[in-house]
Amino acid sequence: MDTIFLAIVFLPLIGAMLAGLFGTAVFRYAGSAPPQIAVHEDDDDGHGHHHAYDGPRWPMMLTTGILVFVALLSWYAFFDVTAGNVYKVTVAEWVRSGKLVATWALRIDTLSAVMLVVVTTVSALVHIYSLGYMAHDPHQPRFFAYLSLFTFAMLMLVTSDNLLQMFFGWEGVGLASYLLIGFWYTRPSANAAAIKAFVVNRVGDFGFALGIFATFALFGSIEFDTLFAAAPEMAGKTVPFLSWQVDALTLICLLLFMGAMGKSAQFLLHTWLPDAMEGPTPVSALIHAATMVTAGVFLVTRMSPFYELAPLAQQAVVFIGAVTAFFAATVGLVQNDIKRVIAYSTCSQLGYMFAALGVGAYGAGMFHLFTHAYFKALLFLGAGSVIHAMSDEQDIWRMGGLFPYLKKTWAMMLIGTLALTGFPLTAGYFSKDAIIEAAFAAHTPMGTFAFWLLVIAAFFTAFYSWRLMFVVFHGKSRASRETLARVHDSPPVMLVPLYVLAAGALFAGWLFKDAFIGEKAAEFWGKAIYLAADNDVMEAMHHVPGWVKAAPFVMMVGGLALAFLFYIVAPSLPEALARAFRPVYLFLLNKWYFDELYDRIFVRPAFAIGRFLWRKVDQKTIDGLGPDGVSARVLDVSTWASRMQSGYVYHYAFAMLLGVAGLVTYLMVRGG
Amino acid sequence: MSHLDFTAARPEIALALMAMALLLFGVFRKSRVVDAVNTLALMALAATALLVLFVPGSDRIIAFGGTFIVDAMARVMKILVIFAAGIALVMSVHYMKWERMERFEYAVLMLLSVLGMMVMISSGGLITLYLGLELQSLSLYVLAAMHRESARSAEAGLKYFVLGALASGLFLYGVSLVYGFAGTTTFAGLTQALKSGISIGLIAGLVFILAALAFKISAVPFHMWTPDVYEGAPTPVTAYFAAAPKLAAIAVFVRVLYEAFPHAEEAWRQVIVFMAIASMLLGAFAGVVQSNIKRLLAYSSIGHMGFVLVGLAAGGQEGLRGVMIYLIIYLVMTLGVFAAVIGMRRDGRPVEEIEDFAGLARTNMGLAFAIGALMFSLAGIPWLAGFFAKYFVLLSAVKTGLVALAIIGVLASVVSAFYYLRVVKVMFFDEPKEPVDPAPFELKLITALSVIFVLFYVVWPGPVTALAQAAIRPFIVP
Repeated sequence: MDTIFLAIVFLPLIGAMLAGLFGTAVFRYAGSAPPQIAVHEDDDDGHGHHHAYDGPRWPMMLTTGILVFVALLSWYAFFDVTAGNVYKVTVAEWVRSGKLVATWALRIDTLSAVMLVVVTTVSALVHIYSLGYMAHDPHQPRFFAYLSLFTFAMLMLVTSDNLLQMFFGWEGVGLASYLLIGFWYTRPSANAAAIKAFVVNRVGDFGFALGIFATFALFGSIEFDTLFAAAPEMAGKTVPFLSWQVDALTLICLLLFMGAMGKSAQFLLHTWLPDAMEGPTPVSALIHAATMVTAGVFLVTRMSPFYELAPLAQQAVVFIGAVTAFFAATVGLVQNDIKRVIAYSTCSQLGYMFAALGVGAYGAGMFHLFTHAYFKALLFLGAGSVIHAMSDEQDIWRMGGLFPYLKKTWAMMLIGTLALTGFPLTAGYFSKDAIIEAAFAAHTPMGTFAFWLLVIAAFFTAFYSWRLMFVVFHGKSRASRETLARVHDSPPVMLVPLYVLAAGALFAGWLFKDAFIGEKAAEFWGKAIYLAADNDVMEAMHHVPGWVKAAPFVMMVGGLALAFLFYIVAPSLPEALARAFRPVYLFLLNKWYFDELYDRIFVRPAFAIGRFLWRKVDQKTIDGLGPDGVSARVLDVSTWASRMQSGYVYHYAFAMLLGVAGLVTYLMVRGG
Repeated sequence: MSHLDFTAARPEIALALMAMALLLFGVFRKSRVVDAVNTLALMALAATALLVLFVPGSDRIIAFGGTFIVDAMARVMKILVIFAAGIALVMSVHYMKWERMERFEYAVLMLLSVLGMMVMISSGGLITLYLGLELQSLSLYVLAAMHRESARSAEAGLKYFVLGALASGLFLYGVSLVYGFAGTTTFAGLTQALKSGISIGLIAGLVFILAALAFKISAVPFHMWTPDVYEGAPTPVTAYFAAAPKLAAIAVFVRVLYEAFPHAEEAWRQVIVFMAIASMLLGAFAGVVQSNIKRLLAYSSIGHMGFVLVGLAAGGQEGLRGVMIYLIIYLVMTLGVFAAVIGMRRDGRPVEEIEDFAGLARTNMGLAFAIGALMFSLAGIPWLAGFFAKYFVLLSAVKTGLVALAIIGVLASVVSAFYYLRVVKVMFFDEPKEPVDPAPFELKLITALSVIFVLFYVVWPGPVTALAQAAIRPFIVP
């Protein structure tokens, strides 16, 4: 089995390196000048149909083939591990410095196995999908190399055996995300979005790194086994932090959660995710919906032995999760870009997951992660299919009535929407309802608070999801005639991954609910998830009152009905409503003004500080006294020295006599 | 006067006779006189060099009552001076034709100046020294003014003459003071006389003598003539000025300081240190604003002499060996650069402004590379020969405790790097001008050999070190 796990993790890296180094122009022009690459200004989405790709095909085939193979291996490993096996594969020692020991090791338990199948499956499907989606892009080997590199980093993250290794994967996926958001690097907006994602994630990573430091300082180790064994002893201990005495575990958990908030785009650190939609749509599906953004959820679940002992941190997780779920759902109500609607939906669903983790229902959170990966990837790839068909149009108000043209895509989007809104028996129905019930079953004030926010968010989710469906596929078409003439369903290479994902969106919940959250849960998770002795949420959530169980369904139907009313029956209503409640509408449309707020609070002062340091400190002070000042003085001296060279002989003679007189005088005074 | 005395001075006597013979030959010969005299002069130099190498007798011959010394340093420095003169003569051949200043007296004057320098190098007393000094100075005044149709050349010659006369006056005054207080003018006698103590009058006399010698190596503050004369004199003459007299004067410095006044070390070291610092700094700073390559090289040589003085101030085996190594490397670099500059002409006119070098790399890569390498070497960039020259003298200064001097040397070197590198920048990065005329073979050869030397000194420094070691042998206290 060890070989299989090694293959799963490292084959994508090999693929990425082969494709990236030898499939691209990296070495092609070694030793000779590369030809001038024309920048396609008109090529709006990078995959315009004007410029065919004429490079080698093997990099795409290789990486895709590897990923499909790895996905199959992962499923095999998944069933092996869920049968009760736990593995630990030591690859090499990485760091040994004093007490700090970090090894490269793969920690394979149920939790990693779940992540393995999610990551490799979605990645393989996205690879296949991209074969069609990116078929015309001149840089596709680079794209596939990045995708595989991302997959490797993500696998490293989920199989990590210590915090440092996890941080390696964590930063690796951040790098891949940065590269892929900025994949179309000729577009300023893509570069800006890439930088924004990177910088916002730095904030979270700062917390994560501090968390790792704190862990090492307190436990003297960063290996999970040691940490989890020692965690109970550490409960209740306090450490001095910024002149306060704080609970050690709470501090660590909060710092780690800060990292999770950044990576998983939680409230306050969410601003990068919608902008990340500048990347190619398959990237959005893989990284910004199904896998990378769930790394935070994985982190908290992995650290469950800590969180279970830090109730305050748990409360924070619930609070942030619930608020994110609610906030993102409200913003999603009014967005007009098809990808941004889904992006906010992702943000919101991640909030659900965190709310579940916070109340102690790790199984429910992971279950939602698992199902969400399928239906959200499905929605994104479906949206990509629509965008592809509409010649790179993303504004839903310039679509409409596409159902007759895109029947297959419509069906896929419908399945995704049903799953997302929690239509009975779809994947989302089991996982999302479980979270809402768990929040109620927690019976804490915070849990109840979360319950209500999540229920309202469920209503909003249903509304914006159906709004998207109705506006894009039904009603009158608002697209131009030429565009419509070219609309066509996507090729099979793009549709087949959708079918697979649709199957997952339909059946993953029903198939796995017993294992993840049902009666087999304890056996399924084994030691991968630690539950405190008094934590019975996973049990209690099955015994909530009937109205609680019904609430999500009612909300779903309500949202659907309202959307139907607004966008099919009376299309003039939303506009009237927006006019009547203009401040509210603008507030939502502008995403609660977070970007503007951050711009004022952080970005502009940062620029001001930077400009101050640059102009005043560096240029005026350091350069002024240093290089510039010195060179100016040198020039002064030089000018003076050469002015001494007057050309008059008597000046020269005078200088000589002065020199002799001076030297003689000096020696006489000194006494020789 | 014995037979042996004349044996010791055989190279000088032979050179004097040959120079006068050439003068007669030039006067009576009717056609193609210049080429013939130049060729014969080169042969005369070669013959003199052979005589220098094969002076019979012991390692150290003291002749004419102690006023004439032939030792290892004398031999090495004479060979180097003859070498420099020969190269300068070769470099002059085409230049004289271009500038229409072909005169057979040119070569004769050069021989006479070499004779003067050889006498200086071998001098064992102040009177012999003055004899040699005057002979070489008078020859050089005329050489500087050789280009009679050029006002600047005439001005250069006149300035050099007036200031040189002043220097000679200072020298003679110093000699009279020394003689008055010590009662002798031979170096050996002075050493004896100074053992018992040094009077203030002797110190004053020494300072006057040093001032006159400093004038020859253009050390600050006796350097003022240098830029004007370098710029005004015909370029091969400038090259000669920059090379040979400096060597001879430094040899005299070594003799006077270490053979005549070793007991006044406390006093003269301060003078030398002052001149070293002033020369290094002025050479570095004043060069920054120069636009003419000859003026720039004038300040460059002032700076380099400052570094040589550092080694002189440090003294001892390492210091003196550093001085000799420095002189050899400096000689090669200077001749190489001047050969390149002489060869650079555009439409038959000399290219002397630095901005006229613009884009040379694109029109004549070989020449640009050669000048670039030499400039890097002059600036003292590591692994080129010029770096090691500076390294040895600064190292000796540090070892003798003159750390401040070494630090100032490094800083001056940094500043001076600016103007050397500016030449490189202009050649390699500025927009090219018209290509330059092809240079004659011998100039290209001299430059190429010089470049090879600075590039590969690092792999084979042995011969230079051995030569330097041989030259300082008489001054090492066993």
